[in-house]
Amino acid sequence: MTGGLISIFIVAVFIENFVLNQILGICPFIGVSNKLDSAVGMGFAVTFVMVMAGVVTWGIQTFILVPLGLEYLQTISFILVIASLVQFVEMVVRKTAPALYQALGVFLPLITTNCAVLGAALLNIKKGYGLVEAAVNSLGAGIGFFFALILMAGIRERLDTAEVPSAMKGAPITFVTAGLLATAFMGFSGLV
Amino acid sequence: MLTQILTAVLVLGCLGFIFGAILSFAAKKFEVHVDPKIEETLELLPGANCGGCGYPGCAGLAEAIVKHGEAVTACPVISAINRAKIEDLLGLNEKPEGEKKPVVKAALVKCNGLDTEEYQKFEYNGVKDCQAAVLLQSGPWKCPHRCMGFGSCEAACPFDAIKIGDHHLPIVDEDKCVACGKCVLACPKQLIEMVDKEQMVHVKCNSTEKGADTRKACKVGCIACGLCKRVCAYDAITIEDNLARIDYEKCVQCGACVAKCPQHTIIMEDKPEFKGRVAVIDKEACIGCTICYKVCKFEAVKGGTPKEKHEITPEKCVGCGMCAEKCPKKCIEMIEK
Repeated sequence: MTGGLISIFIVAVFIENFVLNQILGICPFIGVSNKLDSAVGMGFAVTFVMVMAGVVTWGIQTFILVPLGLEYLQTISFILVIASLVQFVEMVVRKTAPALYQALGVFLPLITTNCAVLGAALLNIKKGYGLVEAAVNSLGAGIGFFFALILMAGIRERLDTAEVPSAMKGAPITFVTAGLLATAFMGFSGLV
Repeated sequence: MLTQILTAVLVLGCLGFIFGAILSFAAKKFEVHVDPKIEETLELLPGANCGGCGYPGCAGLAEAIVKHGEAVTACPVISAINRAKIEDLLGLNEKPEGEKKPVVKAALVKCNGLDTEEYQKFEYNGVKDCQAAVLLQSGPWKCPHRCMGFGSCEAACPFDAIKIGDHHLPIVDEDKCVACGKCVLACPKQLIEMVDKEQMVHVKCNSTEKGADTRKACKVGCIACGLCKRVCAYDAITIEDNLARIDYEKCVQCGACVAKCPQHTIIMEDKPEFKGRVAVIDKEACIGCTICYKVCKFEAVKGGTPKEKHEITPEKCVGCGMCAEKCPKKCIEMIEK
């Protein structure tokens, strides 16, 4: 059982990395990877929301949609869940932990429509995971996202001082970097 | 078929309703009370987030003003009207009477150099930027303190208040200038200083070279001859490092130094034709109290015996205005030459 969970985690972080392998959540990956500080904030926020959303959507799927035979409503109801969950979490964090809110605050609304979160929730169901497995898979996906974002931010901070040909400055070199990172992550396939 | 549609609609509707209810409940339960005064204060602040106050942006200062009693004047760029509004808002304007009125500053460029060929070392064709130009032989001008004239200050000004005008010299629009200090940092020659807007008399030179060297390199540079220092009745001028400096705390803007300066380095703002002032005594009103005679440091007042009406010797009068200020009958008037 534990071995299974560990392998789910490793697979989610490295082999099926959401950003670099499944190409989900590219918008924040490119948008928030300018600076290491904000990348860390965004990474934490996404991980947090992914785990919460993974658990809640699993509950919705198992206890509401499946008994009523409404599996085809998965996408829309998951979006609903994620959006309200993010709003709710934002309010709670703002009230109870102002310091955490200062750190995560600006990123939380960005996650509302992040496809990586929805992707994690949908893949949990598709793979037929139980509650614990779904939570672990979501955590792994979040950590994987965090990992990719930090790698990217670290590289981009160095790119700022590097001599880049003017035609390649900004978005082009970022995309090339992302592509090379993804290629590097292909090396993990076959690990488990 | 119909039941299927109905269940789908109902389930989704219920989910939406439940989430909505939870959110609206949470909004009440977890409401964070923000002081409306902070937001109002923030609206009145300039909103440029220039960081001149030392707080993280205008929002940081607004919070500090409302919560921790920071002075509104911490913002160097706020307009007098908005400052008064904020003080009204927070009930801060019960100030004791007779308090000094706040000094409103503006940028002053301490150079008035000419830009004809004879004052140039070489023709500069590089990047039109002061920081770049200064790297090459410390600039293309003979005077090492001459304004580069490529407008790094203009580029740095977020308020569009400083512009390079004629003769490669920047012109400050005092109405727009808010003394944020960005240009001061941008100038590679440290020519810009923030000075009280009310002050009109300025030394338009920053050259610390010896008089003879300055004279060779510039027609209007300070040669530290000391005439201004001698003519100042208020001890407001000092000569340090071959350069005259005005102490704005002491200066009363009489313009005596402006009239005396042989290099025309000291100028009266907005009055390029200023030739100095001279005292004129209204003979009818004069009672011969000898006060003006006593205060005059230049022996320009005639008549030392009481009851004798006074007279001014125009050749000796420097126009310092000391007598006009001290005259108990207010019968001395300063007129411009």
